Amino acid sequence: MKKIIKFLERIEPDKKKSPLLHTVFDGFHTFLFAPNSVTGKSGVQIRDGMDLKRQMVFVVIAMQLCYLFGTYNIGHQHFAALGMYTDIFDFQGIHLKLAYGLVQLLPIFVVAHVVGLGVEFFYAAKKGHPIEEGFLVTGALIPLIMPPDIPLWILALAVLFAVIIGKEAFGGTGMNILNIALLARVFVFFAYPTTISGDEAWVAGLTQASEGGVSTYGMFETFVHEWVFNPMFSMLGLDQFAASGTQAVVDGYTGATPLALAFQSGWDGVESAGYTFSEIFWGWIPGSIGETSKPLIIIGGIMLLVTRIASWRIMLSMLVGGFLMALIMNGWEATPFMEVPAHYQIFMGSFLFAMVFMATDPVTATSTNTGKYIYGFLIGMIGMIIRVMNPAYPEGWMLAILFLNVFAPLIDHYVLQANISRRLKRAANA
Amino acid sequence: MEYVSIFLKSAFIENMVLAYFLGMCSYLAVSKSVKTAFGLGLAVIFVLGITMPINWLINTYLLADGVVIAGVDLSFLRFIIFIAVIASMVQLVEMIIEKFSPSLYNSLGIFLPLITVNCAILGGSLFMVSRSYGFGMSVTYGLGSGFGWFLAIIAIAAIREKLRYSDVPPALRGLGMAFILTGLMGIAFMSLMGIDPSAY
Repeated sequence: MKKIIKFLERIEPDKKKSPLLHTVFDGFHTFLFAPNSVTGKSGVQIRDGMDLKRQMVFVVIAMQLCYLFGTYNIGHQHFAALGMYTDIFDFQGIHLKLAYGLVQLLPIFVVAHVVGLGVEFFYAAKKGHPIEEGFLVTGALIPLIMPPDIPLWILALAVLFAVIIGKEAFGGTGMNILNIALLARVFVFFAYPTTISGDEAWVAGLTQASEGGVSTYGMFETFVHEWVFNPMFSMLGLDQFAASGTQAVVDGYTGATPLALAFQSGWDGVESAGYTFSEIFWGWIPGSIGETSKPLIIIGGIMLLVTRIASWRIMLSMLVGGFLMALIMNGWEATPFMEVPAHYQIFMGSFLFAMVFMATDPVTATSTNTGKYIYGFLIGMIGMIIRVMNPAYPEGWMLAILFLNVFAPLIDHYVLQANISRRLKRAANA
Repeated sequence: MEYVSIFLKSAFIENMVLAYFLGMCSYLAVSKSVKTAFGLGLAVIFVLGITMPINWLINTYLLADGVVIAGVDLSFLRFIIFIAVIASMVQLVEMIIEKFSPSLYNSLGIFLPLITVNCAILGGSLFMVSRSYGFGMSVTYGLGSGFGWFLAIIAIAAIREKLRYSDVPPALRGLGMAFILTGLMGIAFMSLMGIDPSAY
């Protein structure tokens, strides 16, 4: 440990001569080691080892299980569509699925971070303040909420838009009004709708997600498959990747997500397409990379709750709001989707992911306790309304959270006003 | 049920500010604090809610084709009469506010009489004509779109109050940020676009 610190001290660039290098160095230094500043004798702030960077890193840690699962599931969905290794843990195919998922996920992860952190470093050097750690969580969230097949240049544009317009224009980390990860996704959603909606988007590496489609690998993937993985696998005597276009999508496969099916024909439609509740619960379904596996999201949520990084008030009220709205719709029964039982609605789509990682973002959520109940409850209600009643969008949470992000300062304002007038009254009576 | 659907549609789904971008001038100028924005929002709800039915009556019983004199279509007078009605209603609001809340009257300043040329209000009346709403529906539409405008302006006012503590790049301070914010709020309001309340 001491050696690393010594090494870091030795390579520290001069702040005057090369400000950009110094900010980069400073960013990584404080990422590795908590800064040595302590509470001073004067001043009102209490300094604690558990600073913003440590909190952010912990959120990223809580997401790691989703990453692992997402990697495997990308591969699983790809091969299941081709009718190969259809068992979840088919011994012949585990390595292929993992390798395939890795090749898909890694470029997305790298591009999101390089672009986002690049903007972050640039602004930090320009404004002359240390690097803000805000992008750590955003950068970890963005790959999880993107479809596995997203073109990398679209992803780069989306991250640029979200970080510059959504954050830097507002004055950097902690000042943004809208959730940056969701802003990136909503940018893709409205600017390039075909890449992120419809049945084709959610399974990677197919020319079309129905009969007649064949597997397709880009140049980068083909290169990695042919020159890195295949020699390795052949040495170990395992199955290898086939070349692009040689494998066909199995008959009767549609790639439709459970939500799309439920919108058309309710829970019966979901079941008749071959999805079971346990598959939806465990997450072996097509979807955004990190949102499918509910138990792992719940584990991440518990980690955040135990460490009190995420607000239980928002999670609880959002759960109540969504469940209540789903119950109301169960009673209403105007469309087949409304008849899907409320407890299934909770586990379908990305409700839990949005609840654990998105709605609880402390910057864009309300900051008063009463406000948090209202905020979460309304997200639950509105998100369910968008999911079930809005034919334009397959899922509602992204837009519902952005909608309430806009109203969060207003909610806070009125909660504070109510508190002020109550205390004034109390003072007047005393 | 029809009225509820028109109200929801005009307030949230086809929000005057964030879907049609009407009434931007006072929306951008008076949204610096929640308190004044609240007052102006209420004034707009009132003006919209009262001019819409009056304009409906005038349009149906005076201006429509062949109502006054057979064979004479007076609908070319629509714009000028609508604006006259709106202007007189705004005068009324101005007097009421001056009487009951002088402080609000002072903080709204020039923007109170300028409600007259707030495009959301004339726009509302013209939408009402082109969509051929009935009397009750036009009242609901007026109140609903007024409520949507009110909601949009207090939301942006709260955000701008919060932004006062942010380190916004100097070039964007003030109106620049308000424009970016309006765009981002428009994205958020697109969440409800596409819902058709009358289908349920």
